Parts: sequence; C-alpha cells; structure tokens
Amino acid sequence: MLRFILHRLLVMVPTLFVVSMLIFIVINLPPGDYLSNQIAELRATGQEAGLAKAEFLRHEYALDRPLAEQYLIWIGVWPGPNGFHGLLQGDLGWSFEFNKPVAAVVGETLWFTVILNLAAVLFVYLVSFPLGALAAIRANSWVDYLAAAVGYIGLATPNFLLALILLYYGQKWLGLPIGGLVDAQYEDQPLSWAKAGSVLEHLIIPTIVIGLSGTAAMVRRLRANLLDELGKPYVVTAKAKGVPPLRRLTRYPLRMALNPFVSDIGSLLPSLVSGSVLISVVLSLPTIGPALLEALRAQDIFLSGFILMFISLLVLVGMLVSDIALALLDPRIRLGKARKAQS
Amino acid sequence: MNDGSMKAPVTGGGAGGSWEHYVDDRPYPDPAAADAPATRFDANASTGRLMLRRFLRHRLAVLGALFLGLSYLSLPFVDFLAPYGANERDVEHLYAPPQGVHLFHDGQFIGPFVYPTTGRPDLKDYRWRYETDDSRPMPLQFLCPGAPYRFLGLVESRVRLVCPPPGASLHLLGTDRLGRDMLSRLAIGAQLSLTVGLLGIAVSFAIGITLGGMAGYFGGWIDAGVQRLSEILKSLPELPLWLALSAAVPAQWSPVTVFLCISVILGLLDWPSLARAVRSRFLALREEDFVMAAELMGASPARIIRRHLLPNFASHLLASATLSIPAMILGETALSFLGLGLRPPATSWGVMLNDAQNLMAVETYPWVSLPMLPVILVVLSFNFFGDGLRDALDPYHGD
Repeated sequence: MLRFILHRLLVMVPTLFVVSMLIFIVINLPPGDYLSNQIAELRATGQEAGLAKAEFLRHEYALDRPLAEQYLIWIGVWPGPNGFHGLLQGDLGWSFEFNKPVAAVVGETLWFTVILNLAAVLFVYLVSFPLGALAAIRANSWVDYLAAAVGYIGLATPNFLLALILLYYGQKWLGLPIGGLVDAQYEDQPLSWAKAGSVLEHLIIPTIVIGLSGTAAMVRRLRANLLDELGKPYVVTAKAKGVPPLRRLTRYPLRMALNPFVSDIGSLLPSLVSGSVLISVVLSLPTIGPALLEALRAQDIFLSGFILMFISLLVLVGMLVSDIALALLDPRIRLGKARKAQS
Repeated sequence: MNDGSMKAPVTGGGAGGSWEHYVDDRPYPDPAAADAPATRFDANASTGRLMLRRFLRHRLAVLGALFLGLSYLSLPFVDFLAPYGANERDVEHLYAPPQGVHLFHDGQFIGPFVYPTTGRPDLKDYRWRYETDDSRPMPLQFLCPGAPYRFLGLVESRVRLVCPPPGASLHLLGTDRLGRDMLSRLAIGAQLSLTVGLLGIAVSFAIGITLGGMAGYFGGWIDAGVQRLSEILKSLPELPLWLALSAAVPAQWSPVTVFLCISVILGLLDWPSLARAVRSRFLALREEDFVMAAELMGASPARIIRRHLLPNFASHLLASATLSIPAMILGETALSFLGLGLRPPATSWGVMLNDAQNLMAVETYPWVSLPMLPVILVVLSFNFFGDGLRDALDPYHGD
C-alpha cells in the first residue's frame, strides 16, 4: 500500500511540472505585461515619479528576461535577481494589481476554496449515492423518473443562472442569506459556534449549485452500473438461495457498482472546481474565483499563475485521494498497480 | 378447400388400406417467400434501416433532433424572421414587458394585431410601467420593409416576415435595458450561440482524431506522450483555463475574429476524451486482418487510418461529438456572461444573459433572463439526440 501511494506521489511531480509550464505559457499569452503597460501609461501621462518603481519591480521580478528564464525563476529552480525565490521556495510573487504580495492577496480565500469544494464533493456523494441506488433498484418508477428529471435539469441549466435563481428564491422564501461567506456581524469575530453556523448557512446555495451537475452525472452512472450488476446471474442465485433483499443488494452488487463511482472523481473534480470558480464570481464568495477573474483581466501574471496552479493542485490532490480510496476499496487495483510499479 | 386449384381427391394406398386426401398443387416451397427467412423479419434489413428504426423508437431523441434541425435550418433566415434588428433600439420602450398578439377585437375578427403601449417612468418604485391602450387594435404587417440587414452577409435587404404596425411596437418577449427587442435578439443570438459549438467540436475533432489516431496506430513513445498529455489536460479544470485563454484575446479585435478565437479555445481543451476513445478503438482495430492486408498491399499509414480505420467508428465519433457540443454552448454562455467571451455588439445568448447579472433587473423585469430558456432547450435536445444516436448506432446490441 505504501509503495502504491509513493508511486502515485512520484507520478505527480512530472505532472505538476507540465501543468506549471502550460499555465505559464497561458498566462503569458496576452501581448505585453502589466508593468510595461503601466510604464507606457505613466510615460503617456507624464508621471515620471512612478516610472522608477515600475522599472524596479520589472527588474525585481525578472520580467526583463527571456520567457524561459522567467518560467524557471517563477517555479524556483533558477536564481532570480535575489537568488532562488519561486513557488518551490514558497514565494508566490508580487501582485501588481493589488500592490501586495500574492500570498497576502489570496491568503484566507485559499481555505475557503478548499472548504467549498470539499462541501460540494460531499454533497455530490451524499445525494447521488442514495438517489442513484434507489433509481436502479426501483428502475422505471417515479423515483427513477424524478432522479432523471432533476439530472437533466442539472445538466442543462447553466450553473451561474441556477445560482442566481436559487439565490433569489432562497432569499425570498427561505430567508437564506445572499452572497459572501458570513453575516456582517461575524465578520471580524473569532471563530464561534454562531459564526460556524452562519458560514454553513451561506454554504447551502453555492454547494447545491456547484454540485448539481456532478450529482446528475453520478446518479446516472451509479444507476447504470447497479442495473448491470443486478442483472447478473449471481444475484439470481442469491435470490434463489433465499438471501433477503437488502442483504442481497448490499453484499455484492452495491460494492461492485461503487467502484466506478469512486474512480469517477477524476472527471468530477475538474468540473466541480470549474463550477466553484464561476459560482464564486456570481455569488461574490470570498474564494479565489473573483481574484482570478480580476487578475486575468489585468494581466497580473503572478497572481493568476498562482491561482491556476493552486486550482490544478487541488484537483490533482483530490484525484490522488480518490486513487488511494479506490485502492483501499478494491484489492485488484492495489495489486495490479503495485505490480506495474515494480516491473 | 373447394377452390379450383385443388385436384380431385387423391386416392392413396398402403398397408393400412386406402384413404382420400387433398394436395395443393401450388409449388412448394413458395419461391416468392424463399428469400425471406421466416424467423426474423429484420434479418436482411440494412444496418442503416435498423439504426433509423431504433432511433425513431427513442421518442425524446426524435424530438430533440427535430428541434435542433429546425433551429439550425432557420439560422440563415433569422434576420428575415425577426421583427427587429439585433442592435436596433426602441427608445420609447425600455424594459417593455412582453406584448400579446390578438386576433379578436370586441368580438370581431380582424387578424393578428397588437394594442399600442405607452411607457412612463414610475418614480416611486423607480421602474418603467407600461399601459396598454385596449381601444386601438393595430394590425400587424407582413413581408414589409424593416431595418436593413444583409441576407447571408451578402445581399442587402429590408424585407422582414413581420413588422410592427406604424405607431406601435411588436415586442413579443419584451425589451431589454436599451429597448432592444428580446425575441429578435434571441433569434439573432442563436446564430453565434449555436455555431460556436459546431466550430469548437470541429477543432476538437481535428486535434483528437489526429493525436488519438497516431497514438493508437504507432504506439510506443508517441502513445505514451499523447496519453500523458491528455491525462493532464483532462485533470485540469476547464473553465479557469478557458478564462485565461480568452483573456488573451485582444479587446480591439473584430467580433468575428473574437468569435472564431473563442470557438478555437473551447475546442482546444475538449479533445482528450475524444483522443482516448479514438486510441482505444485503433488499438483494437489495428489487430484486424484487413489492416494487415492493407499493410501488405503497401498502403501508407495515413491511408490506412483514413480509409480503413476511421470509417469503422465514424458513427461512434458522431455520437460522442453530439454529446460534447452542449458543454461548449454552456462554456460560451459562461464566458460571455463573465464578460470574457463574446462582447457587444456581437449578440449571443451569453452576451444577453450578461444583463441578467443584475438581480434587481431580473426581479422587476423577469423577461431579461429569458435567454436561459433556449440554452436549456438546446442543451437538452443535444443530450437526448446524442443518447438516442449512441443507442441507435449499435443496432445489433441489446434492446
């Protein structure tokens, strides 16, 4: 098991490397950079005073060097103007737009991003597991059709609109709070039960909205898998031998159908994280979503680069966890992968 | 038994004595029926026929296909069908509510007509209120000159199917903040919103088939490289990358160029799943004898891939394309909604929904969020159509 985890961790290193390269290319695609734009603007308006600072920052963050060198300095394997100062050393760079270090800009929002995505994953599993299982056991009943209908709506409605609709009606009918993370009165308070409750209340709508399309896909998948399993001869045998219905279901078919359910997190997570970025912008949640949008608009490359890196890392770690869970769940995978790793 | 084809009773004889029986003198077996095996009436129907039959049985899929067919076929004519131009402003009717078309006035039939409305600002609630003048029916005009447009981008024309009567307005679905007709904008926005998915899928197909085909056919390090790359791309969240890429599209480019760029961006991240499907099919097909035969006859890899392998699962690709178009349409909507996709004056459903960001507006003027309806309908139709297609393309499997 340990070997399996180690192997998966090792595989992540080159992956992260390629991802960081892709991200660096993407954020550098727009012509020019924040500082040269600023310098041009300062020149045009004749504010010579700001020029020196901009030039200093430009040199300080190595924006005057070739792109490949910039990349290596950014991830921290090449000495910059002040020695090794990159992501690997924990230096996230400077946000030109906010005029603060990136770490100070993103700060707490990182935690909330993680919490929000965890909540969404939990929601997806907690809802889709019973619903999918029910839909399969009672195939072609009203439960099945209801699940299918909810699924199709979740699949087809743009989730930002769903967010707006739920926000509006949630506030109107249920008195759910609009936007933000906590009620204003708890804003600078230390953590307490009341504050935690307020956070939970604020999490309801975003979690549902982010999770809905994933839930829809999961329900469909689980239903199909379980129906396949239920039609197999061993289930008939069990029935013939008089195994009671619940036991007959949970003993083997459910466990078999669970497998793809867990491995599906690979396709679920990216879409959840995508959704959380979009929903955060719409509902103005304090995650890294709004900061990302801001940074991309302003060509604040270190900020957007780090946020994209963080999001990707979140997904990769999530997949790692799901792989480990899958290996724990299914010995065939554990042994197969380990054998492959050894050879 | 007593028709003319019967001969007289035959008298047979045997060990048990003699008896009478009748024999039909028509040839047996029946030569006309000989071709058709009696057991399965479908057995010699062509594959295409089986597919069609199976597809038609999936009622939602047929419905989706009809809806999509109609929508796409009407795309070139939307300018003619829409009563107003996309950016034509009716300053007398800002945020006007949907208007009804009536047929009877005071119990008398006068054909389709509208009642004129007049708006006044309600300064207490701070919104527009509209009053309908029920006494003056104004008949609609048909095939009449409206705002000029270019048919198919080539021929200048002013003829529209239906126009508002002079002195009144025809806003069947209301107007937006600037007094632009929602219905006309929905119709014209469909042109961009519906084609962005097609262009995107074309890009994704080109990349996916090339890379997947190469990986599956050549194997080795090409395979490993493509596999790793597609795994990595699949594990990255799409929307933030779309955002980053479309942020790189310069703001001063023309709407058409921006539209093309956005379609390419949508397609750029979609190919990995396609490439994997192509690859696995290639791996299976590569071992078939007909590939060996083609190889021995000296066909080049490109020819084998194109002529012998691709046709074998083209239908499968078609189905998976149908299922990935909705994601692109939703992607365009999301990007434009955030202001990083298509930009005004281009009109698409996402651009229109940008106005719905304002919750206050949605509460007082709910018709502003109408563009979500066509989005949902189109996405659902594509899903049903794709599901039906996928089932139908495999007519020999399952039921």
